[in-house]
Amino acid sequence: MSSQMLVVNGIAFVAIFSALMVVFHRNPMMSVVFLIVNLICIALFFLLLQAQFLFAIQIIIYAGAIMVLFVFVVMLLNLRQEEKLHPTWKIQRILAFLGGPLLVGALWTALWHRSPSSEGFPGSFVSGFGSTEDMGRLLFSDYLFQFEAASVLLVVAMIGAVILARRKES
Amino acid sequence: MEPSTLSLAIESLVKVVFVVGLVMGGVTYMTWVERRVAGIVQDRLGPNRVGPAGLLQPIADGIKFLFKEDVVPPHVYKPLYILAPALSFVPSLVGTAVIPFGDSLHLFGRDIALRVADLNVGILFIFAMSAMGVYGIALAGWSSNNKYSLMGGLRSSAQLISYELAMGLSVVGVLMAAGSLRLNEIVAAQGEFRWNLWYQPLGALVFLVAAFAETNRAPFDLPECESELVAGYHTEYSSMKFAMFMMAEYANMITASALMVTLFFGGWQVPGLARLSLPPLAVSLVQVAAFLLKTGFFLFLYVWVRWTLPRFRFDQLMGLGWKALLPLAVLNIFWTSWAILSGWL
Repeated sequence: MSSQMLVVNGIAFVAIFSALMVVFHRNPMMSVVFLIVNLICIALFFLLLQAQFLFAIQIIIYAGAIMVLFVFVVMLLNLRQEEKLHPTWKIQRILAFLGGPLLVGALWTALWHRSPSSEGFPGSFVSGFGSTEDMGRLLFSDYLFQFEAASVLLVVAMIGAVILARRKES
Repeated sequence: MEPSTLSLAIESLVKVVFVVGLVMGGVTYMTWVERRVAGIVQDRLGPNRVGPAGLLQPIADGIKFLFKEDVVPPHVYKPLYILAPALSFVPSLVGTAVIPFGDSLHLFGRDIALRVADLNVGILFIFAMSAMGVYGIALAGWSSNNKYSLMGGLRSSAQLISYELAMGLSVVGVLMAAGSLRLNEIVAAQGEFRWNLWYQPLGALVFLVAAFAETNRAPFDLPECESELVAGYHTEYSSMKFAMFMMAEYANMITASALMVTLFFGGWQVPGLARLSLPPLAVSLVQVAAFLLKTGFFLFLYVWVRWTLPRFRFDQLMGLGWKALLPLAVLNIFWTSWAILSGWL
C-alpha cells in the first residue's frame, strides 16, 4: 500500500467510525462532537483532492458555523434525559428498513457509474478543481440561477427568523 | 538546482521549530508583559522579583502550573472535560502556520519562503482554525456541569459566531484589493507604501474590534467575566489544564495581531527599504524584524485596552456586533468596490 493510500484509508476509517458513533453514542453532546470529527474528515478528503478552497469552506461552514449551533442547542436543552430514551415508534423503524436499502442502492449506482476521469488520485482532475476562481466562475455562470435562488431563499428564511424572534409589542 | 526531499524536510522542520518557538515564547512573555503593563497602568509595580525586572516570572509560573494538583471535580463529564483544553489550544497554534513573517530568505544558494505553509486559501485557513477554537471553550463550559461554566460557554459561542461575520466581511475588501486569498500575495499587493489601512480605514477598524471579541479579550471578555460568572468556562479547571486555556488565549492574540499586520499594515513591508539598496540578506532580516515589531505593537495594544476600558454588558456586545460592526463592514465592501471600479485601487 502506498503512503498516499495509507493516509486516505486512515481518514476513511476515522470518518466511518465517527459516523457510526454519531448514531450509537448515548450522550447527545458526544454525538455532536463525533459529527464534527466526521465533517473534518470530509474536509480532509477535499484537501487530498487539492481542493483547498472547498477544504477551508467545509470547515468554516459545516464543522464551524453549523455545528456550533448544534452544540448551542444541546447545551441549552440539556438533553441528558434523552440518554435513557429508546425510540420505539413503529413507523420510524419501518421507514428505516425501507430507506436504508434505497440509500445503499443510490450510493451503489453512483459508485458504479462514476465518470472515468474521477478514477485514480490527485492530478487526474481538471486543473483548478475546487479552487477559489473555479468555484466563483461556476457560481456566477453555469449555476447563476440556482445560486441566486438559494440567496433569495436564505433572505426569506432570515426575515422569517427575525419576525419569529421579535418581541411582541402590546 | 532542484532541492532534494531531505533539504526540503530540514527546511520545513527549521521553520516549524522557529514559528512554534516564537509563538510559545511570545505566549510565555505576554503573561509577563500583561502583568507589568497592568502594574504601570494601575500605578504599581507588577511582578519584579523573580530575575531581573521579573523576567523569570513566567518560568516560575509555568513550574507552578505543572506541579499544582490537577483537580478533576466529580460532577464533570470526563471525556470532554479533559479534551476541551486541547481543543482550545491546538487550533490556536495551527493557525499561525500560514502567516508570512517575511518575504524570502536567500540562504545556502536557494530562496527560502518565510512561512511554514503556503496555502492558496491562507486567510480562510485561519478563519477555519478560529472557528474550531470555539469548541474548546463551548465544550469546557458544557462538560463542567456548572451553571457559571455553561453560561460562559454559551456566551462564548454566541459571541464568536456574531463577530466572525463582521470579521469575515471586513476582510472582503482586502481580498478584493489584492485579488488573492494567499496571505503573502496580500502583503505583496500592498507594496511598501500602499497599505490597506490608508484605503480601507473602516475595514481595519472593524477587523480590530472584531479581533478583540474573537479572542475573548477585554472589553469583550464576557465568557470569563469574573464579576458575574466566577471565571466562566474555566471555573472548574486547575493546574496545567487551566494554563492551556490561558496559552490558547495568548496564542490567539498573537495570530490576530499578526493577521491585522498582514492584512492592513503591509505585513513585512518597510516603507522606503527598497531605496536603501541593502544586501538581500539584510533586507530579509529587516523585513522579519519589521513584521515582529508591528505584531508586537498590536499585542501591546491588546494589553493597553484591557487595562483601560471597562467590560461591556452582554446585550451591548451583541448590539455592537450586529448593529454597528456588520453594517460598517458592508459599507467598507461598497466603498472598496467603488474605489476599484473608479480606478483608485
